[in-house]
Amino acid sequence: MSTGTENRTALQATTASWWDGWLTTVDHKRIGLMYLVASCVFMALGGLEALLMRFQLWQPNLELVSAGTFNQLFTMHGTTMIFFVVMPIQAGMANYLVPLMIGARDVAFPRLNAFGFWMFLFGGGLLYFSYIGAMGLYGSGSAPDIGWYAYAPLTSPAFSRGNSTDYWLLSTLLAGVGSVSFGINLIATIVTMRAPGMRLRVMPLFVWMMLVTSGLILFAFPPFTAAEIMILFDRHLGTHFFDTQAGAHGLLWQHLFWFFGHPEVYILALPAFGMISEIIPVFSRKVIFGYSSMVAATVGIGFISMSVWAHHMFTVGMTSTLDLFFSGATFLVAVPTGIKMFNWTATLYGGKLNLTVPMLFALGFLTLFLVGGLTGVMLAVVPMDWQLSDSYFLIGHFHFVAFGGILFAIMAAYYYWYPKMTGRILGRRLGLWHFWLQFIGFNLTFVPMHFSGILGMPRRVYTYQADAGLEIWNQISTVGAVITGLGLLCFVCNLVVSFRYGRVAGDDPWNAWTLEWATSSPPPSYNFERIPSVKSRRPLWDLKHPTDPDWLHE
Amino acid sequence: MRSTFSGVGTRSCGFRCAFLMCACLCTSGELAVAESTSMFDSASHNSDSIVDVFYLVLAITGLIFVTVLGAIVGFVWRFRSRADDNEAEPPQIYGSWPIEIAWTITPVLIIFVLFLLVIRSVNEQRPSRAPRDALQVRAVGHQWWWSFEYPSQGIVTANELHVPLGDAAHPRSVFLKLESADVIHSFWVPRLGGKTDLVPNRVNTMWFHPRQTGVFYGQCAEYCGTQHAKMLLRVIVETPEEFEAWSANERKPAVSDPQVADGRSLFLQLACANCHTIRGTDARGTAGPDLTHLMSRQTIAAGAAPNDHEHLTRWIRDPRTVKAGCYMPDMKLNTTQSRLIVSYLETLR
Repeated sequence: MSTGTENRTALQATTASWWDGWLTTVDHKRIGLMYLVASCVFMALGGLEALLMRFQLWQPNLELVSAGTFNQLFTMHGTTMIFFVVMPIQAGMANYLVPLMIGARDVAFPRLNAFGFWMFLFGGGLLYFSYIGAMGLYGSGSAPDIGWYAYAPLTSPAFSRGNSTDYWLLSTLLAGVGSVSFGINLIATIVTMRAPGMRLRVMPLFVWMMLVTSGLILFAFPPFTAAEIMILFDRHLGTHFFDTQAGAHGLLWQHLFWFFGHPEVYILALPAFGMISEIIPVFSRKVIFGYSSMVAATVGIGFISMSVWAHHMFTVGMTSTLDLFFSGATFLVAVPTGIKMFNWTATLYGGKLNLTVPMLFALGFLTLFLVGGLTGVMLAVVPMDWQLSDSYFLIGHFHFVAFGGILFAIMAAYYYWYPKMTGRILGRRLGLWHFWLQFIGFNLTFVPMHFSGILGMPRRVYTYQADAGLEIWNQISTVGAVITGLGLLCFVCNLVVSFRYGRVAGDDPWNAWTLEWATSSPPPSYNFERIPSVKSRRPLWDLKHPTDPDWLHE
Repeated sequence: MRSTFSGVGTRSCGFRCAFLMCACLCTSGELAVAESTSMFDSASHNSDSIVDVFYLVLAITGLIFVTVLGAIVGFVWRFRSRADDNEAEPPQIYGSWPIEIAWTITPVLIIFVLFLLVIRSVNEQRPSRAPRDALQVRAVGHQWWWSFEYPSQGIVTANELHVPLGDAAHPRSVFLKLESADVIHSFWVPRLGGKTDLVPNRVNTMWFHPRQTGVFYGQCAEYCGTQHAKMLLRVIVETPEEFEAWSANERKPAVSDPQVADGRSLFLQLACANCHTIRGTDARGTAGPDLTHLMSRQTIAAGAAPNDHEHLTRWIRDPRTVKAGCYMPDMKLNTTQSRLIVSYLETLR
């Protein structure tokens, strides 16, 4: 069996012959790493866009950026963060980890896997190329300014001239094709390539949640892709699917979009739940509390999330019956999500909590996601939504879910699995700086947004009224955004510095229990010399505790 | 490290307390600002009942928050690993059906209560049709201004909605028919109630029932293009007498002052008349706001600037310096022409 040091040398050596090693690779680990590195670049871009918006909102009627530029900034920020940061990070982590966790040598369709990655990367490139190419040869660049959910008829040729909207459509369409190929591949891998003995009911929770996520991708993305093609037809072939001036229904796009858009929230969130379900038990030194109800809750969320889309549309004037249906369905999601929260919390109980950096991020996730979940319940109360929808309260809410929840979980995952991917442990000192700056900065940024929303500030405004008491909350948010940015800088430094100088990890630095820790760090290209056979949910626990193995209790 | 960690919980808890405090402050008017748009500064019966629901839901979610956060913080504090720990793993607890069923059923009960609350509140807030004596107004959203039409009075105005206040004997609500001329907009005046979207090819309705006089500020709440941020609106709730005086004036055709005849004929010769209506003249355009009684309004350009001589002149000379990206074109007027037109407009009381 090859050692971690050898594999690491190989990892570094192939950086030199990058054409062979990376550009043409079909190795799931390399594709995973490329997803993770590319998404870091997009995260930096999306973060800079957010900072520019925060500076513009420092004072009422500031003219740091123009109205048009601001509208491009929030469109690019949202599109980037959802399609080109969180999606590819989840895809990258899943690519890297799922085959290792199920004891496989690669994914089912390695070439399809590479195809998915390149589709994502070309999509992201196309989105940013709009800054250069969207107006063709006329004048300066023009990024899309239609918002990340691109409500028709703002996207129709009458209201969106030039080609910026086409760039938005094509780039997200390509990313969507990449996601669908990733989803198909992952389902095939999980269903057919598990190690001997790994029945579905002993599969690691991260793998379970990725399986449900992949299923959601298959249901959510095709309608979205179809709807995007319909807009492209409207824009270039003279059809009138969304052309309200030719009699189209004004809400058709909203239904089609949110039919994708709400499952999408869970496509982003379920992998994060999976990461947390792996990390909290290891650093609590306890088995996850309620494995079966965790799986049931995941599948439940998968189903319910397909029928809540119109809770984004309580203000569009649907009938009360529809409002109530979608409100009730949304409340229903709180039940399986609550089960997850309680199971994670119960896993802490009676453990020996090792407060490493990944564990701190996981606990940060628990507290912040709790807030995001509860403000979500508030928004499902239809009359409250009539006030709060499309206000800064909503911005606060979904950043608590997407940043406080999902991104904190992703950070926990980076700190937890970086040693497996590189053979080195991310530095603790920089890690603590990163955690505290990001945690404090995050709260300073997004808690005040709830107040500015309650005080009447709508989202997507490049400036606001001077006499409505909004200035102080916006200024706190801006300060918080800068602090968050500093935290993320610490993270990037940590990634770079630890790659060269970090403590050598060894195969199993956290004394963990799932199969990825049974091979060397980083793993050889074939992952396992001999495919392990599995009897329980924690195969390495069984090895380490032969007298009291898990399968006696499950 | 251990001692600082408990900060995770206390900090968020502090924020929640601050949240409650702020909510209280907003209602008690301690944070009174010149042009409040706080939904807690409620001035209508609709908004009142949303505030009531808000407090109830805040109490329920607040309780859940404190309980779960307390458990997380408590467990982290109590079960953090210590230097003198031995190497042995703690007891492994795989789950407990009674406990798991309990925390499945409890949320189900809570959401059931919340759902009943939503049903009651939605039905109360959304009556099927307008009360007989309600004031009916047709509001049309345009990129980036509002047109308000009072069909029973034959009034057309823009950006500033005048409504009368009822009294105990004759409560009066305002019933809006919402439509859009181009893209989706949303009518939101937080102190008077929730928002409703204006969707092209569709007529939405909303109503509110003001309970005090005053000027209430709002704006478009659905992103609608470049100047979404400056698509402001204000609702002026007046005593019935003030409202009658205002509407009597609005019903009249435009004043025709011979002193500004030059300005008027210039207005009618130029493209102004293609987009704007001035009743009593040949100007019958509908792409821009009705200017028949322009000077009865407090602002121009949908609240982007005050309606005074200086801003009106700037607006007419080069609209895009006042509101970048707006659809009113720069007519390349010289100083004399703009002076003539402004003096004409200033007679339109």
